[in-house]
Amino acid sequence: MASNPQTDPTLEALVAQKYRHGFVTDIESDTVPPGLDEDVITFISRKKGEPQFMLDWRLRSYRHWLTMKEPQWAHLRIQPIDYQSISYYSAPKPKADAPKSLEEVDPKLLETYDKLGIPLHERARLAGVAVDAVFDSVSVATTFKERLHKAGVIFCSFSEAVQKYPELVEKYLGSVVPYTDNYFATLNSAVFTDGSFVFVPKGVRCPMELSTYFRINAAKTGQFERTLIVAEEGSHVSYLEGCTAPMRDENQLHAAVVELIALEGAQIKYSTVQNWYPGDEHGRGGIYNFVTKRGECRGANSKISWTQVETGSAITWKYPSCILTGDNSVGEFYSVAVANNYQQADTGTKMIHIGKNTRSTIVSKGISAGHGQNAYRGLVKVLPSAINARNFTQCDSLLMGDKCGAHTFPYMEVRTPTASVEHEATTSKIGDDQLFYCLSRGISEEDAVNMIVNGFCKAVFKELPMEFAVEAQNLLAVSLEGSVG
Amino acid sequence: MLSIKNLHALAGEKQVLKGLDLEVGAGEVHAIMGPNGSGKSTLAQVLAGREGYTVTDGSVTYKGKDLLSLAPEERAREGVFLAFQYPVEIPGVNNVYLLKAGLNAIRKHRGESEMDAFEFLTLVREKMKLMQMSESFLNRGVNEGFSGGEKKRNEILQMAVLEPALALLDETDSGLDIDALRVVSNGVNSLRSPDRAIVLVTHYQRLLDYIEPDHVHVLSDGKIIKSGDKSLALELEKRGYDWVKQEAAA
Repeated sequence: MASNPQTDPTLEALVAQKYRHGFVTDIESDTVPPGLDEDVITFISRKKGEPQFMLDWRLRSYRHWLTMKEPQWAHLRIQPIDYQSISYYSAPKPKADAPKSLEEVDPKLLETYDKLGIPLHERARLAGVAVDAVFDSVSVATTFKERLHKAGVIFCSFSEAVQKYPELVEKYLGSVVPYTDNYFATLNSAVFTDGSFVFVPKGVRCPMELSTYFRINAAKTGQFERTLIVAEEGSHVSYLEGCTAPMRDENQLHAAVVELIALEGAQIKYSTVQNWYPGDEHGRGGIYNFVTKRGECRGANSKISWTQVETGSAITWKYPSCILTGDNSVGEFYSVAVANNYQQADTGTKMIHIGKNTRSTIVSKGISAGHGQNAYRGLVKVLPSAINARNFTQCDSLLMGDKCGAHTFPYMEVRTPTASVEHEATTSKIGDDQLFYCLSRGISEEDAVNMIVNGFCKAVFKELPMEFAVEAQNLLAVSLEGSVG
Repeated sequence: MLSIKNLHALAGEKQVLKGLDLEVGAGEVHAIMGPNGSGKSTLAQVLAGREGYTVTDGSVTYKGKDLLSLAPEERAREGVFLAFQYPVEIPGVNNVYLLKAGLNAIRKHRGESEMDAFEFLTLVREKMKLMQMSESFLNRGVNEGFSGGEKKRNEILQMAVLEPALALLDETDSGLDIDALRVVSNGVNSLRSPDRAIVLVTHYQRLLDYIEPDHVHVLSDGKIIKSGDKSLALELEKRGYDWVKQEAAA
C-alpha cells in the first residue's frame, strides 16, 4: 500500500499547498521487502523475464558495487543512506494482463497524471508528443508507437526493449557508462527496474519530440531508471524528460543512468525539466538525485546537446557529459540550477575531447536563494589526439539574499597546444538597482524578480523546446516564490 | 499636485535634505538646479521611494495622498515617474516586455483592461517615432548595450508610454550630445499637458533652452534657497551659484 501512516494528515495538507504536486496515489504495489542482495537482484530480473545476459550483467555490477565506496568529493552535505532500508522493486499490480491501450490503464494512474497537468492522451495528441510514462518502476502506457513505428523509430520502455531487442540492448548498454563507472551508476546497473529505450535508425529524423514523465510514488522505493538512446548515422532525435514527485517525509534516493550514443552525423538533443520534491523550508524530506548522464559522439560530425532546468530535489548530483570521440563532433551543455531553502546542488558537465576539431559549449546558470548551496563543477579535458579542439565555458551565478552560496569548480586538462579553451564566470547579487528600476515602472516585486531571473536564464531557456520553455519559466517562478523581500 | 513641506532626508547615513519646501501644480514645469552635492538627485530618489534613503522629517503630499507611505510600485501606479540619471541594464529582459508589464500594472491599478500585445506594439511604435528610435529597440534587453544617449531616450519613451501625472527627470540632459538633447527635449515637450507636472533636475541651463520651465529653483545644502522664473536660470548660467548662496546667507 502506498499510504504513509507516519504522516500527519493536517501537516501533509499544509505542505501539499506549498508543493502542489505532493499527493500519493493509492495503488496496490507489488513491492519486495527492503534490502539488497543477489537474491533481490535475481528476483528483479526474473520478475521482468530478462534473458541471462541481463542477469549476469546485473550480478557483475552488484559484486563490483560491494567493493566501492560512496563518493565524498562533491560540495554536498548528505545524510548517510542505508541501502538495506530501500525496497528495490515496486510495480503497479498488473490486472490480469498488461494494458494494451490507455483504456486498459488503471484509471487512478491516469488521474494522477491529470493532477500533474499531464492528461496523457490529450496532451500527447495535441502536442504531437509521444509519452513513455514511467510510474514507479514499470512503464504503463506508451503512445504514438504506431507513428514512430512507421518511421522506424523504436521508443519503448527499457523492459520491453530487453524483451524485443535484446541484441541492441546488449550491444549498447553500458558502452558509455560502464557498470564500473561510479558508485551510483554501478548500483543502478545492478538494480534498475525500468526506463526508456530509443533507437533511431540510419538517416531518420524522428517525426516528433519524445517525452517521458517520471514520478516516484510508492513510499520508501528508490527509483533506478535506465535510459538508453541510440541515434544511428545521420539521424536526429529530441528527447524531453520532465519529473515531479509526491510529497514525502523521508529522503528518497534516485540514481538514474542515461546513456546516449550518436553515430556519424547523428544529433541527439536531451532536455530535462526536473521538479522533484526539494524538501520543506527547513530542509526536511526531499529527493536525493544522484544521476549519471553521459553521451558519446561516437561518429564524426555528430552532436549531443544537454539542456537542463533543475529546480527540484534536496540534493542534486549530476553532470551530463559528452565524450567527443568522432572528428568534428559537437557537445553542448546548457543548465539552469536553482538551490532554494536548504537545497544543495552540485552539478555541471564533463566535455572530453578526443577527436580532431571537436567543439564544446558550456553555459551554466546557477541561482541560489534562502540557504541554498549551488556548485558548478565542470571538466574540460582535451586529449593529445584532439587537434584544434575548442571549448567555451560560461558560468554565471545569481545570489538572492545573504545566506546562500555559489561555488565554481572548473577543471581543465588540455594536452594539445592547438586547443583553445575559454572560461568566463560571473557572480552577481540580484541587483537592488535592477529591482528598483522595475518597481519604479509599477511592476510588483515578485514579477520583477521573476523577470530578472528569467532574463538571467534566457541563454538556456532558448535552447529548450517551446512548450518546455514555458513550463521552465513557471517552475522557476514557483521555486523562487518569496525569496526576496 | 505635489506639495513638499520641510523635507529632511538621509542618503545612507548622511543628512542631505534639510528642510526642503516645494509646491508643484498640475501643468507646470519646474527646474531644480544646484551645485554638485546639493541634494538634487536625493530629492528625486526620495520621491520615487528608493531604499537607502530615509525621511527623517517633513511631509510629501501627492494628489492629496501621503506619498511617503506608498511603496515604490504603488507610487508608479499612482502616476509618479522617475527618469533615471543612470538607467540600469537588465540582461536578457526584453526592453519592451518590461514596459508592457509596467503599463499593464498601472492600467490594472486604474481599473482599466490590460493591453494586448498588438495594441501595445502599435502604441510603442508611435511613441518610438516621436523619440526617433529604431525598431531594433523592440528586441533588445533593457538598456543592454545602449549608449548613454539611447538610455536617456529610452527613459523618455517609457514616460511617453506610461503617461505619468508627475514626471521627475533626473539629469536627463547629462551625457547627451546636442542632437540627442533636441530629440529628448522634443519628447518631453510633447508630453507637456495641463494635467501633468514635470520636475527637471539639472546642472545646466542648456536643457532649459529646449524645455522652457515655468519655475526655476536653486537647491543648495538640502534647501531651496531661491526661486524664480526662467530668467533665474540664465542668471545662474552667467554668474554661477555663489551669489545666490551669499544672498541667502545675508
